[in-house]
Amino acid sequence: MSELPSPDEFLSKIDHKPSPTGWMDTPVEIRRGIACHAAKPDRLEYVGFPNPREWSCFDEDWQLPENWQEILHKGFKERLDRFRSVKIFMDICVRCGACADKCHFFIGSGDPKNMPVVRAELLRSVYRNDFTTAGKILGLFGKKAKKAYGARELTLEVLKEWWYYFFQCTECRRCSVFCPYGIDTAEITIFGRELLNLIGLNIDWVAAPVAFCYRTGNHLGIQPHAYKDMMDFFTDEIEEVCGVRVKPHFMKKKADILFITPSGDVFADPGTFTCMGYMMLFHFLQEKYGLEITWSTYASEGGNFGFFTSHEMMKRLNAKMYAEAKRLGVKWILGGECGHMWRVVHQYMDTMNGPADFLEEPINPITGTKFENAKSTKMVHICEFVADLIKHGKLDLDPSRNDHLKVTYHDSCNPARGMGLLEEPRYVIKNVCNHFYEMPANTIREQTFCCGSGAGLNAGENMELRMQGALPRINAAKYVHEKHGVNMLSCVCAIDRAAFPTALEYWLPEVDNCGVHELVANALILPGEKKRTVDLRNEPLPGMEDEDDE
Amino acid sequence: MNISYMYSLIAVIVLFLLAYVGAMLPGGEVFFGIIIPYLALIIFILGFINRVVDWARSPVPFRIPTTCGQEKSLPWIKPNSIDNPTTTGGVIIRMFLEVVFFRSLFRNTKMALQEGDKLSYEWEKWLWLFSLAFHWTFFVVIFRHLRFFTEPVPALVELVAKLDGFLQIGLPELRISGVVLLGALMFLFLRRIYIPQMRFISLASDYFPLFLIIGIAFTGILMRYFTKVDIVGVKEFTMNLVTFKPHITEGIGSIFYVHLFFVSVLLAYFPFSKLMHLGGIFMSPTRNMVNNNRFKRHINPWNYPVEVHTYEQYEDEFREKMVGVGLPVVKPLAAKTPEEPEEKE
Repeated sequence: MSELPSPDEFLSKIDHKPSPTGWMDTPVEIRRGIACHAAKPDRLEYVGFPNPREWSCFDEDWQLPENWQEILHKGFKERLDRFRSVKIFMDICVRCGACADKCHFFIGSGDPKNMPVVRAELLRSVYRNDFTTAGKILGLFGKKAKKAYGARELTLEVLKEWWYYFFQCTECRRCSVFCPYGIDTAEITIFGRELLNLIGLNIDWVAAPVAFCYRTGNHLGIQPHAYKDMMDFFTDEIEEVCGVRVKPHFMKKKADILFITPSGDVFADPGTFTCMGYMMLFHFLQEKYGLEITWSTYASEGGNFGFFTSHEMMKRLNAKMYAEAKRLGVKWILGGECGHMWRVVHQYMDTMNGPADFLEEPINPITGTKFENAKSTKMVHICEFVADLIKHGKLDLDPSRNDHLKVTYHDSCNPARGMGLLEEPRYVIKNVCNHFYEMPANTIREQTFCCGSGAGLNAGENMELRMQGALPRINAAKYVHEKHGVNMLSCVCAIDRAAFPTALEYWLPEVDNCGVHELVANALILPGEKKRTVDLRNEPLPGMEDEDDE
Repeated sequence: MNISYMYSLIAVIVLFLLAYVGAMLPGGEVFFGIIIPYLALIIFILGFINRVVDWARSPVPFRIPTTCGQEKSLPWIKPNSIDNPTTTGGVIIRMFLEVVFFRSLFRNTKMALQEGDKLSYEWEKWLWLFSLAFHWTFFVVIFRHLRFFTEPVPALVELVAKLDGFLQIGLPELRISGVVLLGALMFLFLRRIYIPQMRFISLASDYFPLFLIIGIAFTGILMRYFTKVDIVGVKEFTMNLVTFKPHITEGIGSIFYVHLFFVSVLLAYFPFSKLMHLGGIFMSPTRNMVNNNRFKRHINPWNYPVEVHTYEQYEDEFREKMVGVGLPVVKPLAAKTPEEPEEKE
């Protein structure tokens, strides 16, 4: 953070005008503050990935396998045969430029190669050279002819450009909303990163969570006893705030529901408050309605950094969810607040690791609501679940306990554009808070901006990149802060909660960040609780502490 | 000077001269009037089919629609059945609006950083408007040309031609489509030149089809309004062409062959270029798929088993620690001591 210029200086340096030369004539310059550390060898070894070694993207020599071009060519071909999406996206882009200024990284950096169209062209140029008839014919007339067609060979220079820019995309899909053909840069980046992983090119902030998750069940590498310790700590905290001791279940066989959420919320503020929120909610449901919801330390990760590595790795990590649900014999799975976790659960899980015929079609036993939309995957989003509870009046809520907050809501990219979860969280927030304000229309719902740190880019060494990426989102939050006095940016994503505190501190220190279920828990009246004088963060509730003092 | 568009401009000028001069040479009319058009048509048809079949050969392993509206979840929350379709009907409407009205492009915004620190996103309608104008007028022009390939001319073709000329300016009366087409093409060209980001991303293969279609429109307008081509002769020629009784009609003039040659080049170029978006748009998985992911299982034809870390392996590694904090385990702690000591966090 100390290396960053002041926000004003940062802003004054953003220039959206690219050089007058075309993109292929603009060489790549890998910069500190933008690029991430390379994956350490033990991470790759643990999951059996190729070419583990100590290296850095700032080295001249990347210690690639001798035949790296051949590996990538073969890998490219294989994947074209497997994914119609990319094959079509390679062929049909007309470079209309509609996507150009939709990317948070382009908006925040002005680096023209962060225009989604160019990110895709990085792959397309090699595709045209290696896999199209026209590219091969034009190749006979030399480099210039190829270049006119937008084709080029895969050289080390090109490879470095791939690395640099595929790790400057958070797979948020915002550009895909505006593309007249629906070309999805997330698909392009997923494809590109999958290729890079074939020759051992990953970043540590992705590779480490992958290895950890494989071994310990969660990205942070929290071992079961430490996980339990954290939960015990939260139990104490909750007792201090509410005077009620919650009793979370762990790996309880034949529980009604298995709950899976990102481990980030067990580990770092402000996610921890959301985690405490879940624990209080489940306690409430158990006390009041006898519903048993269990946690698991084996499947203690909702997120899936495998998704940022390769389709295969995604499947390997995701397998734990169904495996654990089956082992425990629960009825269905409830998923916590998370972004890419929900893209994986919603669009991939059933296909990869289903069918989940050992589970029941999810029904909310308290309201009788059948979650028709989840009857095959058998996993329900906690906002769907809680919205249903609230709608049926099954929660005892006192929204005035959030009166010290003026809340806005950030649609996390994946639940918005890979699922369509837009109204549920809003409904929940409006029922637990009295002051809710929307950010401008072009920055929410399907047009929402990424936090700037998704898809594994939430590292420390790329802080400049992260602040670039966060700018559009925070700028919209700033608008409602200035207009309505908003002081809380809520979200349903654990990466958001890891990314926003830093981004807010830099761009908009007056505003804080929370998960939706922290707000729920503040409002939730637990059976037998004491009069609350503080919120979950132990901050005094205005108007409530006075009586206590007297 | 931008090399990308100079290449393309030069290429189109060379093509012009090739046909213009070539048609005047002995045998030139047969070559540019019969051989090239047939060849181009064959390339177009086979190339187009080949490309589409090639796309279709690759499966769609995952259901990945880009959802642009509320999902269908709880019964009391109104889903957006077009932008987040859960039925085939919804997808058809979504695709129809996309293909016919460029719905996604209609959303386009223009970002600006103002007053130093305020980002704004203004509705940007011009790209949408001119793209739509270009595609629609091009379609109308092609449709109008059916009168050269049919006898008797269908009433609908006559009607479209009549509507197209409703302004009744000059003689032959001005067809609006041609003018709008040329204007829209100029807009699409100029934005590539003048908007720095567009110049940065534009390739020669972006300018080439623009110049080529400008060339087609230009030669067409030239023939209709200025050189006043022998329409009866042209129709005789085109009818012979489409009934596969190719025969050269004398004295049509070189400009006509240039026009025909440009069209032929466009057809032959089509399957190998970005113009294939015509076919691709229908097959784009982010647009043409139903968002019913969690209630109808999608099958991946190449789904293969992968290596996973099982619960048993997990418990074997951490059993002692689990027991230590009271977490349930499947196998009780054995008398055996753990083999490896624990490291770091």
